[in-house]
Parts: sequence; structure tokens; C-alpha cells
Amino acid sequence: MDTFRSFADFQMDVLREVGNIGAGHAATALSKLMDKPVDMLVPKVRMVPFEEVADSVGGAEAIVIAIFLRVEGETPGNLFFILTLESAKKLLKSLAGIEVVSDEGYTDMEMSALNEIGNIMAGSYLSSLADFTKLNMQPTVPSLAIDMAGAILGYGLLQFGEMGDQALLIDTKFLDGKEEVEGHFFLIPDPESFPKIFQALGVGAP
Amino acid sequence: MIQDNLIKVGMADLNVAHLTGVLKTTGLGSCVGLTLFDSTAKVAGMAHVMLPSSDIAREGTLNIAKYADTALPEMIRQMEKLGAQVRRMEAKMAGGAQMFSFGTQSETMRIGPRNVESCKAILNQYRIPLKAEDTGGNFGRTIEFNCETGLLSIRSVQHGVKEL
Repeated sequence: MDTFRSFADFQMDVLREVGNIGAGHAATALSKLMDKPVDMLVPKVRMVPFEEVADSVGGAEAIVIAIFLRVEGETPGNLFFILTLESAKKLLKSLAGIEVVSDEGYTDMEMSALNEIGNIMAGSYLSSLADFTKLNMQPTVPSLAIDMAGAILGYGLLQFGEMGDQALLIDTKFLDGKEEVEGHFFLIPDPESFPKIFQALGVGAP
Repeated sequence: MIQDNLIKVGMADLNVAHLTGVLKTTGLGSCVGLTLFDSTAKVAGMAHVMLPSSDIAREGTLNIAKYADTALPEMIRQMEKLGAQVRRMEAKMAGGAQMFSFGTQSETMRIGPRNVESCKAILNQYRIPLKAEDTGGNFGRTIEFNCETGLLSIRSVQHGVKEL
């Protein structure tokens, strides 16, 4: 685990670029779907204590909508696409013309639409990354959950749990300026994936 | 629900309380919130168990609160310091969900149920009766354990609050 703390700046830059490429393509996909510009922030690449992983989406108890898929292949990891409930409503409205009335649960139609949005977003994130790195990355079928952020993201930390109490995550936030649709991509590569990512992008492992 | 005597238990963390206080851990997904209580001594403990067994640990310094097989002995030890006795202890637990249900065969997918099984096996070793549990399902839970009453309150998005 100590090796992670000693990642050099240029290695962190590479990981940031990994987030940039993936989320950039996903943001483009979303922008096309919504037919309006979507901005994204420079990804944050951080070694974060487990406790704090959920903080960027409002804390462990904040209720969020998450699309999760496991990345399999050469560089396994976990990919989460996370929306606040408010953002999800706005997305549904602008994409599918669905007005969510009730706060108590979503209808099948709404869930299905959300699942599909997540599917497209996560898929374009991952495929652009695979193209760029020439690494074999295969997504599992995405799965959707509406629940506490801590409970959802905790699942993505299990592989890190065996190594320590912190995880390296690549967090990209995107926003649609006007409607304030806010979403996050969390890419949490498994610990053993880092050397392969670095190698694929032409920088030495630490 | 906000209490001034709230004692926070983080992820892969454990804590104990004596006489008063409410132990709380948030956002249990596949993790298990394991509580112990000695009602005579009024000593309570709570662990946020993340993984079933320390056998798989690859970390330098072992965080004993993280694994079922190491968290329980440590919790007992800390509770005994406060006057609790193992033979009087009773356990309750919540969590161990499968947050995402899709068909990969990987063992990681089953980590919730495995955490539950492991906690039970270790409680059994110490002959601590499991008084109540709210485990499994596919949803997250936040739990609070009251050191005065021994009541475990469980909150989830879909099912509201219930008490064990």
C-alpha cells in the first residue's frame, strides 16, 4: 500500500488523464443525449480514507442513484456513475420528458430510463479508456441502486480493504451549468491494475 | 435523532461505550454492523466489519476492526476493560447486503452474506448468543445502538426505521 502513497506526480497526472479521457467521452455522450453543453471538471485523483470516499457526493448517508459496473480484463476495477436524486430528476425530465412526481421510489419506466442513461455513460467512459490504453477492459452488465452513498461505494472499496484503509479513486464531476445536473464518475482500479495502466501509458511503475 | 452522546464508528472501525452513549455507524452495505451488549455492566460495543477473514489481508499493519475474526476478540477485550463479561454478552447484527445483484460468479459479489456467516461462526466460538439480526437484502442500513437499553435501531431507505 505504501507504494500508492509514493506515486510520483507524473503518475498521478497519468491517472488524472485516464479520468479525463473516460469522463470526457461520457460527457460528450450525455451532451448529445441532452442536446446541450455539459461541462466537466478536471478529475481529482486522490488517495482517500474509506470514511471520506462518500463525502464528495454528500456523505455516507446521502441517498444517491448509482450505476455500478465491474471492470474485468487486464486492469480490473470498479466504476460508479453517481447522481443525486435531484440531478436524476432533471436528467429524466430533459432526456425522456419524464416528470418524476413522487419522491417515494421510482416507477419501472423511470428506473429503466435511468439504467439506460447509466449504461450509455459508463459504456462510453470505459470504451474510450480501453481504446486509448489498448488494454482489454470489459464491463459487466451495469446494475442500478438507489441507496445510501456509503453502502453503495463501500462495495467498490473491498479490494482495497485487503490492503489498507484508503483507496485511490479517480473522481470526475460533470455539470450542466443551467439546470445544475451534477454527476460523478468514480473509477476505483483494483490495486494490482496500476502498474498495467502506467505501463500501457508509457510511464514506469513506482 | 441527533444525540449529543453519539459515538461514531467509522468504516472498518470499532468502538465501545459504558453506561451511556449511542454507538452509530452509517451506510452499511455489504459490511456488517456487529454489536455486543452486557446489560448488567451496561457496556456496549459496535464494529463495522468489512471483510470476513483476516486470512486475506495483504496490508502492512493489520486493521483488526476490519475483519470479522479479529474485530470480535478486540471488541470483547475493550468491553472487558470496562467491566463487561463475555458470558453475559449478547450480540445483534445488521448489514451484509448484496448491494448489486447481477450474475457474476465472483466471490466478491457474495461478500455480504460471507461477512454475516463469518460473524456468526466467531460469535459461536465465544458462545455469545445472537439475539437479533437484520441482515441480507439489497439495501444499505444505518444503525444506532443504545448503551442504556441495548436497543439496536436500523434505518434504511426502503424500509424506514426498525428496532431490534
